[in-house]
Amino acid sequence: MFTDLLYLLRRNGLKVSLTEWMALMEGLHKGLHSASFTGLYHLCRCLLVKSEADFDAFDRTFLEYFKDVPFQQEVSQELLDWLDRPDVLTDYANWDEIQALKNMGFSEEEIERMLRERMAEQTEEHNGGSYWVGTHGMSMFGNSGLSPKGIRVGGQSMYRRAFRVAGERKFRDFRRDNTLDTRQFQVALRHLRQFSGLVDLPPTEFDVDRTIQDTASNGGVLKVRYKRPRENTVKVLLLMDSGGSMDYYAQLCSALFQAVSKSGHFKDLRVYYFHNCPYGRLYHAPTLLSRDSIPTDWVLSNLPGDYKLILVGDAQMAPYELMGGYYGRGERAGGPQCGMDWLRLLKGRFRHTVWLNPSARPDWGEYWSQTYDRIAKEFPMFPLTVDGLEEGMKKLLAR
Amino acid sequence: MKEFRGSQNYVASEELLRAANIAMVLQKPLLIKGEPGTGKTMLAEAIAQALGKELIIWNIKSTTKAQDGLYVYDVVQRLYDSQFGGQGVDDIEKYVKLGKLGEAFTSQEQAILLIDEIDKADLEFPNDLLWELDRMEFHIPETGRTVKARHRPVVIITSNAEKELPDAFLRRCVFHYIAFPDRELMEEIVRVHYPDIDERLLAQVLEAFYKIRQLPQIKKKPSTSEIVDWIQALQHGGVDVRRIVKEVPYLGVLLKKNEDMDVLRRQWR
Ligand SMILES: Nc1ncnc2c1ncn2[C@@H]1O[C@H](COP(=O)(O)OP(=O)(O)OP(=O)(O)O)[C@@H](O)[C@H]1O
Ligand SMILES: [Mg+2]
Repeated sequence: MFTDLLYLLRRNGLKVSLTEWMALMEGLHKGLHSASFTGLYHLCRCLLVKSEADFDAFDRTFLEYFKDVPFQQEVSQELLDWLDRPDVLTDYANWDEIQALKNMGFSEEEIERMLRERMAEQTEEHNGGSYWVGTHGMSMFGNSGLSPKGIRVGGQSMYRRAFRVAGERKFRDFRRDNTLDTRQFQVALRHLRQFSGLVDLPPTEFDVDRTIQDTASNGGVLKVRYKRPRENTVKVLLLMDSGGSMDYYAQLCSALFQAVSKSGHFKDLRVYYFHNCPYGRLYHAPTLLSRDSIPTDWVLSNLPGDYKLILVGDAQMAPYELMGGYYGRGERAGGPQCGMDWLRLLKGRFRHTVWLNPSARPDWGEYWSQTYDRIAKEFPMFPLTVDGLEEGMKKLLAR
Repeated sequence: MKEFRGSQNYVASEELLRAANIAMVLQKPLLIKGEPGTGKTMLAEAIAQALGKELIIWNIKSTTKAQDGLYVYDVVQRLYDSQFGGQGVDDIEKYVKLGKLGEAFTSQEQAILLIDEIDKADLEFPNDLLWELDRMEFHIPETGRTVKARHRPVVIITSNAEKELPDAFLRRCVFHYIAFPDRELMEEIVRVHYPDIDERLLAQVLEAFYKIRQLPQIKKKPSTSEIVDWIQALQHGGVDVRRIVKEVPYLGVLLKKNEDMDVLRRQWR
């Protein structure tokens, strides 16, 4: 039954496998779609989609697949057969634009009027092969710039059906490309482990399981066993850019912060903030209040060099903020003279360092890319994405 | 099979009801995700109550192993008994204690098994349960016994997170995401808890609540359980309704992080 939906879903990036598809077939067979479109929509969604991040892609695909369904109150077997549409895959590629172009001309009032007419039509000739009212409403959605307001006008319970639900695309905000998933970050952070067991430590920890095992197999005569302690030895120093252009990435950075702090498997974790570039002081909070700060020198002299240093920032500032003396001159004679000097001091102190960048290299104009390039030359730089984080963590562990 | 239609003290959206029934009919685990406090745990309680079945809760912690849910062989006790010449040391069965999954399998009647917060455990945890959840049986090598479900339990699994659950596991589940309740649904939920709530109070509370949730800088957004507690605090304190939106009294009930409270104090007007 409508196997092409499966392929369309897969083509749109949903990892639907045969297991789920068979479950759907079973569900249909058992009538779990309760013979309604809304039911069919829900049945498909809860069996085929396993993450709210994919709901939006599913909604779009569903709309697309069912756009020309003849309107009927019930989803009968005939209709299900009818839905077997091999044309949809070829159809799909160009549908969007054509429909969008066609619809460009409709105002919201017109959409509303069309809906009303359609509704009237349908109540008059119930099964008269009138086409699905959502077609027009839906195609409005195809043009993603238009809000789905139009179709809500129907408002009555009769219209509470699948196409509207899907058409609302409530889950737009959950799409992977714009949600940040601390959990995924956490998964990536799990790479940042170095077990002391790997380091050659003497076996000092009492091994309950093996003691019991060996004692038991020894006929009850005690055999004490020890093992190497296994704990994560990784210590992390996280320095995050805050404010200004970084405000765009506030959520992303906060997701990273939460993932790092929730990870809880580091031996030690220090987090400080700076603005644009670390200078003489590091701040405890992203608000960068000087009463809540410590001298960068303190970090440099007190945290041992085996801390893994993770810098997070867009590396985009006015060149003088990185190279000029106004911001960065330290108090010590012969000490750092500018932001870049501070960065080099940090780099010199901490052997394992990466820079995570939430922003891509600016490709417009030279101005902002200057500091970006200089910093990227100094530090291994990775995008602040799940993949980038994973790469970065591997880099931090490389010996 | 009886259908789940919601319960007296749990407000379920239509979608949630459908998903629950689909899971029961297809005999697949129902995986529930959603923000904290959106009633994931409570759903299982409501289903159990509505269907009049026993609820068995397996709370997952970071140290939980799949094996813990099946059975634990208490070797230490056995060793101890043997050293002191206790009775029945030969009877291994005596030292095998069933876990929550085992309990659900051996229950006299069909039970509801809630595996709560599965994402807390190790990443591989769900994979270790695939076979048992599919076949609804497991083997105890120590005694040679196979524990087989008398009645397939209804399995409900909750998770706060996303993506970390392995694909093989996800493929077997019916999935539902509890979207954060909109105002309408929230009103219903609140009324379930406070049937006689003052209308003006309710309106003010909802206004303040959704306004706070909209502040982008708030890290831990207040959820359903917080609004429920907040109303109680407000009622108990006899707060003047007009002050609610303006002053947000008992803020600590809504926001649990100091930084969030600071944000609110700075931004509220
Ligand atoms: N739909 C609902 N109907 C009635 N009460 C609800 C509902 N959703 C949440 N609540 C209230 O919120 C409280 C918290 O719900 P619950 O503990 O089930 O959330 P949860 O999603 O399991 O949260 P967590 O992720 O923190 O475990 C409940 O005790 C109940 O008072
Ligand atoms: Mg819970």
